[in-house]
Amino acid sequence: MSTAEKTKTCLSLSTIFIGIALGIILWGGFNWTLELTNTEEFCISCHEMENNPYADLQDTVHYTNRTGVRATCPDCHVPKEWIHKIVRKIKASSELYHKFMGTIDTPEKFEEHRLEMAMREWKRMKDTDSRECRNCHNFGSMDLDKQDTRSADRHDPHVWEVLDGEEPSQTCIDCHKGIAHSLPENWEEAAKAAGLQD
Amino acid sequence: MRQAILTTMLGAALFSTYVMSVQAAEIASLRGANNLDAPANAIEKNEQKKMDGGFDRAWELQPPSIPHDIEKDRITLTENTCMKCHSKDNFDKENAPEIGESHYIARDGSVLDKPSSRRHFCNQCHTPQADIAPLVENSF
Repeated sequence: MSTAEKTKTCLSLSTIFIGIALGIILWGGFNWTLELTNTEEFCISCHEMENNPYADLQDTVHYTNRTGVRATCPDCHVPKEWIHKIVRKIKASSELYHKFMGTIDTPEKFEEHRLEMAMREWKRMKDTDSRECRNCHNFGSMDLDKQDTRSADRHDPHVWEVLDGEEPSQTCIDCHKGIAHSLPENWEEAAKAAGLQD
Repeated sequence: MRQAILTTMLGAALFSTYVMSVQAAEIASLRGANNLDAPANAIEKNEQKKMDGGFDRAWELQPPSIPHDIEKDRITLTENTCMKCHSKDNFDKENAPEIGESHYIARDGSVLDKPSSRRHFCNQCHTPQADIAPLVENSF
């Protein structure tokens, strides 16, 4: 092998290694930052989130319960799959704008926008067949004997739809609205008009 | 003379300490006869009673008592989650009892379209039930 050829191989090898190293650092750094913004601590670092939705959450079963499993903000509000997560994160840039504009920086302003924000989440859940709920809850894994009669009666048809290999005719959010946060005033009329509630 | 006064004072002090300690032993505070430095007795946990088809009324015009868990329900200034099932629009679909006609009557006697605000706090009249001995004996 001539000296020129040797230098060429050496150069291309080092390019590959530097590329890999840079790739790990940049991609790792990107994902690390992304995960950093995907924690409850990050979400409630804004007083808007800490004083309103986070305060609501603390009264509910998703915050404290018999078995000690807790759902944090991103568990319900940020998709787990990478592509959906990125889409949601890009959409969240409008939240930064409103943070700087102070759109919901008082409890009164928050209440004013609560319906609009809740409807947006309900619609997102409906469109994705309550994807974030299903990270933990599945019709197929429900033991109806362990549920209250009233709950079991309502879940029963959908459990059978799943066991028969069909798509469930209803999704979690169709019935379970306001389970982790307060319901907005006049939510029912608005949800019915938007086709989000029977 | 001085010694006699001192002895009387000491005697009085000793006697009052004795009286106070006897009283302290007899006084039971609201947290029971526990010493203050000991943890209070745990309250006995009473499971809420659930009943298919609801409880019978104990007397005519008794507000029906609640035969299901209400732990997750919230009644606040802006929301009332009971109405998810018991409102005029939803009771049929949810197979739940509808709130009474009387709940639409305002204080001045006029009939409203929506439930009257004085009926907003359901559990002021409608209560969950548990199997417990009455706190106070009564002959009702």
